[in-house]
Amino acid sequence: MSDEVASSQGRSSEFIVSAQKHKIQKIKQKTGEATLLLIASFVAIVVLFIFYFVARDAIPFFRLRGFAEFFTSPEWYPADDPPHFGALAIIYGSLMVTLGSALIAVPMGVIASICLSDILPFSVRQLVKPVIEMLAAIPSVAFGFFALVVFAPLLQNQGGPILMWTWWVIAAPFLLLFVIVVSELLTSSITKESMKKPVKMALSTVFGLLAILLLYVVGQHLQGLVIMSGTNALNVSIILSFMALPTIVSVSEDALQAVGRELREGSYALGATRAETIIKTILPAASSGILAAVILGIMRALGETMVVWMASGNSSAVPDPFYNYLDSVRTLTATIAGDMGEADQVTGSARFHVLFAMGLLLLIVSFVSNLVSERIVVRQRKILSGQ
Amino acid sequence: MRKLGTVLTSVAIMAMTTVGNVGAAGKGIVIDGSTTVGPISKSFAALFMKKYKVPVTVSESGSGNGAKSLINGSCDIADMSRSMKPQEIAAAKSKGVNPVQNVVALDGIAVVVHPSNPVRALTEAQIAGIYSGRITNWRQAGGPNFPIVVIQRESNSGTQETFRELVMKGKQVARTAETQASNGAVKNRVSQTRGAIGFLGFGYVDASVKKVAVNGVVPSVTSVKNRTYPLSRPLFMYTNGRPSGMVAKFVDLPKTPEGKRIINELGFVPKY
Repeated sequence: MSDEVASSQGRSSEFIVSAQKHKIQKIKQKTGEATLLLIASFVAIVVLFIFYFVARDAIPFFRLRGFAEFFTSPEWYPADDPPHFGALAIIYGSLMVTLGSALIAVPMGVIASICLSDILPFSVRQLVKPVIEMLAAIPSVAFGFFALVVFAPLLQNQGGPILMWTWWVIAAPFLLLFVIVVSELLTSSITKESMKKPVKMALSTVFGLLAILLLYVVGQHLQGLVIMSGTNALNVSIILSFMALPTIVSVSEDALQAVGRELREGSYALGATRAETIIKTILPAASSGILAAVILGIMRALGETMVVWMASGNSSAVPDPFYNYLDSVRTLTATIAGDMGEADQVTGSARFHVLFAMGLLLLIVSFVSNLVSERIVVRQRKILSGQ
Repeated sequence: MRKLGTVLTSVAIMAMTTVGNVGAAGKGIVIDGSTTVGPISKSFAALFMKKYKVPVTVSESGSGNGAKSLINGSCDIADMSRSMKPQEIAAAKSKGVNPVQNVVALDGIAVVVHPSNPVRALTEAQIAGIYSGRITNWRQAGGPNFPIVVIQRESNSGTQETFRELVMKGKQVARTAETQASNGAVKNRVSQTRGAIGFLGFGYVDASVKKVAVNGVVPSVTSVKNRTYPLSRPLFMYTNGRPSGMVAKFVDLPKTPEGKRIINELGFVPKY
């Protein structure tokens, strides 16, 4: 009897102990989860707070001056009496510089990442990748200083020849490839073997001569250009593209690596060449990651301040003609950086709040493009997984 | 500079609270006014506090506000980069304040071009034409056939403000003008760009750029001193009546060797 009681007591107390243990375990688990959630949400809250505070100081501007002037007038005279707050030329400058740097950095970055992941031998890749990534470690003020003190005078003194050589170096291999591929394609329908070779030769010669003419004419035109002022949109675009490159190369190379051996070997097993494998298998499979890399790189260029502030020339006019990359431009970021010093509440309310309006605009643009890229990545993943 | 100013001001405020009995009527000196003269006042204040152990507070709210403060009796010295207007003097008189003008220093702006540019002299009208975008080629200003690259300062710069006042006379600078953040950056761009024109505070001009004569007068310390150089103006400290005591000592700092050294270092021209 007493034994039984004792044993049952023992069992129940054992049960109680284990229940307590379980409870403690659960509390521990919950606290752990809560802590992680807190930290994770903290990041989101910071973003929300930034949005809130920027918007809070931006809205008074639109209340004071309305939307029309800010978005449609190129007259930027914030310190005048009466002041003008037309940001059109500044918004255009930001877009122009971002587009310019994207045009340089995206093809270069994607090609470099393909080369790193699928063409270069492993040992070379291990050497080259850290060097490219080192570009990201250079402070932007160093880039800006280089752009202002070294690159701007170089463009002024040697701009024409530099542009000509750049054109030759970039265009010559592409045109060569083009000539070979086009003459190959055009002759592929000829069935008579004896006809094929001479026709192909003739076509390649004709296309080759045309290509050389194109190279020469454009080269001469570029060499004849005189760059009046080296602090212009071209200078900044080039420097910004170098700043965006490490992001693009690194992230898209990771995406290409993530495609995996199976797909590559599957493609080779079906008899595809390396070029076919890269273009038709690996690139589509990695496209969402590459897109994310491109968006990240473009955001880097759009948000960069120091380099544009130092080397874009900061003239608040739309270039003439509008695609003239040799004119100086002013960007949103540079305007915020340059005007913030004096534009405290004392010097005129609209002048202070207009800078926040610009900040809000930048925030919204990067937020929306992040959302869009997120969407595309998700959709791409669904397509690839066959859903 | 701004940070330093804030630190100085807060130090002065701390000193004020400990010493007590200061302000416009007390032992300390309160200064308000021009942002152009502000740097001189701040450097003087640092020197003064070290020398006489008298607290000095310096605010920069613009010449107009400086005048207002003096009229209201809320400051001892009003820094001004222009003379008091007749209305301001009348307002002061009606409140029993007798504003007295004391010259601190002279402010000169040199118009500079690339050393290879053969243009030696420009008229004020030509400079205004270049900056307003009416003249776009050096040929129109007696130089070679070469486009002009116009370089100005950011709109919050005191040099820019003075330039616009003295040369542009209310006209706007063309939007195509490049804008640089500092005297140093302007000098750098002008020294490297063949077609460039820019303007600098006197303290920044060196051999890497070429000064041009304005209305036939070569910019120099002498031509600024005898007021023949057109792009110059005196900077003032206004006091209520003839200064006396510590305020007199402060206003007379520009006549001392240390005062002159400070004025030179800040890029202004000493008057005395």
